[in-house]
Amino acid sequence: MSRYILRRLLMALPVVVGILLLTFLIQAVIPTDAVSAMYEGQVTEDEAAEAIAAMRERYGLDQPWYVQFVRYGANVLQGDFGESIRLRRPVSEEIGYRFVNTLTLTGVALLIGIGIGVPMGIISAAKKDTWLDVGAMTVGLLGISMPAFFFGLLLILVFAVWLMWIPVVPRGGAALLLPALTLGLIEAAPLSRIARSAMIEILRRDHIRAARSRGMGEFSVIMRHALPGTLLAVMTVIGLQFGNLLGGAFIIEVIFGWRGIGELGVKAIQWRDFALTQAIILISAGAHISANLLVDILYAWIDPRVDYDQ
Amino acid sequence: MSLAQSVAAPAEAAPQPRRGGWRWAMARLLRNPSARIGGSVLLLILFCAAFAPWVAPHDPLHVNTLGRLLPPSATNWLGTDEVGRDIASRLIFGTRYFLLICLIASTISGGFGILLGLVAGGGSALADTLIMRCTDMLLAFPYILLVLAIVAILGPSLWTAMAAVGIAGIPGYARLIRSVALTVKREEYVEAARALGASEAQIILSTVLPNTISPLIVYLSYATPIAALSAAALSFLGLGAQAPAPEWGAMLVNSRSFLFTAWWAVAAPGLAIFVAIFSMNLLGNGLRDVLDPRDV
Repeated sequence: MSRYILRRLLMALPVVVGILLLTFLIQAVIPTDAVSAMYEGQVTEDEAAEAIAAMRERYGLDQPWYVQFVRYGANVLQGDFGESIRLRRPVSEEIGYRFVNTLTLTGVALLIGIGIGVPMGIISAAKKDTWLDVGAMTVGLLGISMPAFFFGLLLILVFAVWLMWIPVVPRGGAALLLPALTLGLIEAAPLSRIARSAMIEILRRDHIRAARSRGMGEFSVIMRHALPGTLLAVMTVIGLQFGNLLGGAFIIEVIFGWRGIGELGVKAIQWRDFALTQAIILISAGAHISANLLVDILYAWIDPRVDYDQ
Repeated sequence: MSLAQSVAAPAEAAPQPRRGGWRWAMARLLRNPSARIGGSVLLLILFCAAFAPWVAPHDPLHVNTLGRLLPPSATNWLGTDEVGRDIASRLIFGTRYFLLICLIASTISGGFGILLGLVAGGGSALADTLIMRCTDMLLAFPYILLVLAIVAILGPSLWTAMAAVGIAGIPGYARLIRSVALTVKREEYVEAARALGASEAQIILSTVLPNTISPLIVYLSYATPIAALSAAALSFLGLGAQAPAPEWGAMLVNSRSFLFTAWWAVAAPGLAIFVAIFSMNLLGNGLRDVLDPRDV
């Protein structure tokens, strides 16, 4: 088991280097770097040129790219993401609490998505080809076609403006409700499709036929013999779905003013604040990879059929 | 034979096209209800885009400060926006942006994806390893995050948004084409062609490429709505199409602050995106039913 974990960790290593390289590109390829973007049209040309040269030297932008990359990689590994040129303080200070906020949002959304999507998929599979199945799958198709940003605004309109169940500017736990619901409901659509196809596949297997032939009721067959396998299949894709949720959080956080890394990330791209952008993309990608790693290990631990040496 | 008749009296009336051929697939597609609904809406969008100046009742860019945020009426079917522009006309012109985004993004992802996939699946082992490791790396990013990273590199604008969505789609296409190429290369008729002295390049162009068409169409029907949705999201975040352009995502973000006073200005572009994407997914479902060999 520990050898399997070690091998999985080693396999993730080249991906981590690749992600570092891609985020490094964010500042390396850009036509105008952050310094000139900030001073553009604000002071006289001579003053600007001087300030730009000074800032370039300070942030090491005058070095060759490979020197910059090695320095960047070394700094990141030490938890130093550089200084935000716009906010004028270390990126790590700003990002810490925002990352916790984003994880809270995506975590709750994931629970909502699983809580709604998985039962919906299981019922669809159990009642395959009935109106219930067709209805659930149509709702699922509507869900994957719904733009997250429009759905969020729609929920605000319905629950905060028309029904007035939630204040327009909520505080505390209420502030989490609508964004998590938006993200979770959208997430429920793909999860229900996965649960449905996994359940349909399992219901065709021999052990299910054996259970039925022993006179077991359909409800027990599904709950006791088909559900564990279905949940296992759902679990393998949750790692991937977590990445989708993180991506979705970038949009949802903007709509609801949720102070997470997504909301800051979009601002950072607009500001062309590269240290900040790099850090946020790096951390999100890192969280995505860690989640997948965790799911893989958990899966191998739960399912004894997984061969650790392969 | 009209569409309605072909539904009432299926296949027997017409001479059956060869099973598995393109005409057969087309006939099956026309009988598929979800494909018909989705396809009709998309045709309507295509019509609006082609004839926008004649279909639209007003100039989509005409500002009228006296008629701001008017509710829907006979003159302004869907009301007016925050500077008095006619929303219906803007939606109609917006179909052009929508189709342009789909076209450019799919061309970039499809074009480069097919090229890389064929090189990886048909070329040397070194090229295969190199290309596949690169796609692994890109696929390690969640899709939207990859799109945002590319926008961060290229800088925000409508064109870079389309390019970013297109580039982010390349690895998916490359993997698909590679897997088809690897399967086809093992077929006996490819062995035969090789024995007859066909070069690797000839084999790829004459046997592999035609075999990719059907899976490619199915994949296109998955990937294009996602690309269009992401491009609209970029515009909504202010990283894509910019202010006066009647692009649906940009329209939504501009009228967003008037959600409480003029909800129709928000609902109209939002629903337009939703309906367009939903029809694409409906058509995609139909295409999968027809083209996916497992169901035939």
